[in-house]
Amino acid sequence: MPERVALAPAPPAGAGLPADGLVAVVKRDCPTCRLIAPVLAQLGPGLVVYSQDDPAFPAGLADVRDDTGLDVSVALGIETVPTLLRFGGGTEVGRTEGWLREAWEELAGVAGLGTGLPEYRPGCGSLTHDLEVADELLVRARGGSLAARRLEIAALEDEAEALFERGFTDGLPVVAPTPARVLRMLQGTTREPGEVVAVVPPNLAGATVEKVAINAVLAGCRPEYLPVVLAAVEAASTDEFNAHGLLATTWGAAPAIIVNGPVARALGMNGGGNALGQGNRANATIGRALQLVIRNVGGGRPGEVDRATLGHPGKIGFCFAEDEAGSPWEPLAVARGIAPGTSAVTVFAAEGPRGVVDQISRTPDSLARSLAAGLRAVAHPKLALAFDATLVVCPEHGRVFAQAGWSRGRLAAELAELLLLEPAEIVRGAGGIAEGIPAGAARGPVPKFRPDGLMIAYAGGGAGMFSTVIGGWVGGPGGSRPVSREVGS
Amino acid sequence: MIVLDPTDERSPVRREPLRRRSVLDGVRVGLLDIAKPRGDVFLDRLESLFAGRGVTVRRYVKPTFTKPMPPDLRREIATECDVVIEALAD
Repeated sequence: MPERVALAPAPPAGAGLPADGLVAVVKRDCPTCRLIAPVLAQLGPGLVVYSQDDPAFPAGLADVRDDTGLDVSVALGIETVPTLLRFGGGTEVGRTEGWLREAWEELAGVAGLGTGLPEYRPGCGSLTHDLEVADELLVRARGGSLAARRLEIAALEDEAEALFERGFTDGLPVVAPTPARVLRMLQGTTREPGEVVAVVPPNLAGATVEKVAINAVLAGCRPEYLPVVLAAVEAASTDEFNAHGLLATTWGAAPAIIVNGPVARALGMNGGGNALGQGNRANATIGRALQLVIRNVGGGRPGEVDRATLGHPGKIGFCFAEDEAGSPWEPLAVARGIAPGTSAVTVFAAEGPRGVVDQISRTPDSLARSLAAGLRAVAHPKLALAFDATLVVCPEHGRVFAQAGWSRGRLAAELAELLLLEPAEIVRGAGGIAEGIPAGAARGPVPKFRPDGLMIAYAGGGAGMFSTVIGGWVGGPGGSRPVSREVGS
Repeated sequence: MIVLDPTDERSPVRREPLRRRSVLDGVRVGLLDIAKPRGDVFLDRLESLFAGRGVTVRRYVKPTFTKPMPPDLRREIATECDVVIEALAD
């Protein structure tokens, strides 16, 4: 297999591999290796044998070398034992795995090998693929690329308890960010571990790809989720999103993420039934990873800079995919300026979601009125231009708008019209409620939301005429605006 | 078991607050308005109380209470004042 020769890393200097001749890699634990031990003897004193688990195996050969450190096995890219390799002119010119008499005879140029043995026996997995060993090898090979401070958890400490005690968790158990796990997480991105992704509020600490990866491990992410987490951290750390203000305010909203594009499908994210709920690993852990970065890297902890009066359960993590396949509209990210077909995150300030029931409306006008009534309660039914909001339209409601030919823009415009509030209804004291706008502050109808203050997404299961309102926080320059970012590699 | 530190690794050194001053003679006083509603009312009153005791103050205003103080303003205050009184809440 010439391509294997091309891909195999250079053997380590000083390994003493012969420039010309045969090399075998074996382990005692492998029955096939034990079976073909007499064959190795037949190959003569020029054969170099590397033994992965026992330097005394096979006995009686001239040149058996200790590879219990697996350096040579890794350098040769050994997948299976036994592997017989031929070198010529200082490079590998051929190899065969397991025991196949014909292949061994051809590679060795020796006839009559192992005459008493079966023709064929498959080999065993190389020790380099043993999970524990593989971790060790990974750390040995690439651990030097990690810069984070190493903390030791004592043998008598329970690892989950130790991570709680050190304050790294959101109140739920986390996965211990061992160097091997972090290195595997980093394999999910092409970005360098030392690259600074963002300066994370509130402490304005530089978050490297490595720091984000450590928190992604804590959160329970798989490596392929990492690019989405990185994009979310970038988006949430912008001045426009203003994570500092969002965190520091006594209002309980927090960053939430909507994922669009091919990556949502590739990661198996949920934009369908229970999209905003539990049970999907990517949804749950990507949102959690962002929150843990804000907590651990940014220093945004409850009771410290996080001054929320009540908060909400989604502050553990709040992330879902838009149901692009089912949506009658262009993807949210595309509506926000991201190129079609591109994976992207949109980070926005979010309270907990609250459903709006309408099982009767079959016309877009009636349904829009229902949704507007639900949206009016954001912050307070008598407050206008206070907080932004997001409306997640469910499929059975989306169908009503689709059948009437309402675009996302049309729905937004109709809702804005329906949410012009009459001063008499919202002035302080009206309806027997002291809260409201000061008397004389408005001469005409007041829009509930600032322009672009209402974001509309599409998600949910196929049954149930229940869309959802997600209240936000103060919008505009002093508050928080949704931010979309492409997901990189 | 070795784990990697997920934090920004700021040194956990505890910083002691400066000793509270008992006299204001010769002390440079700053009043910081973080731009929350009615913070100015509180600070205006303090300024007149200080004036009554012969202490002049310098006034500072953050652009918005929702974002961290611009580094230049922080440096300006640190350079020009010995004590600062900040109006935090509305």
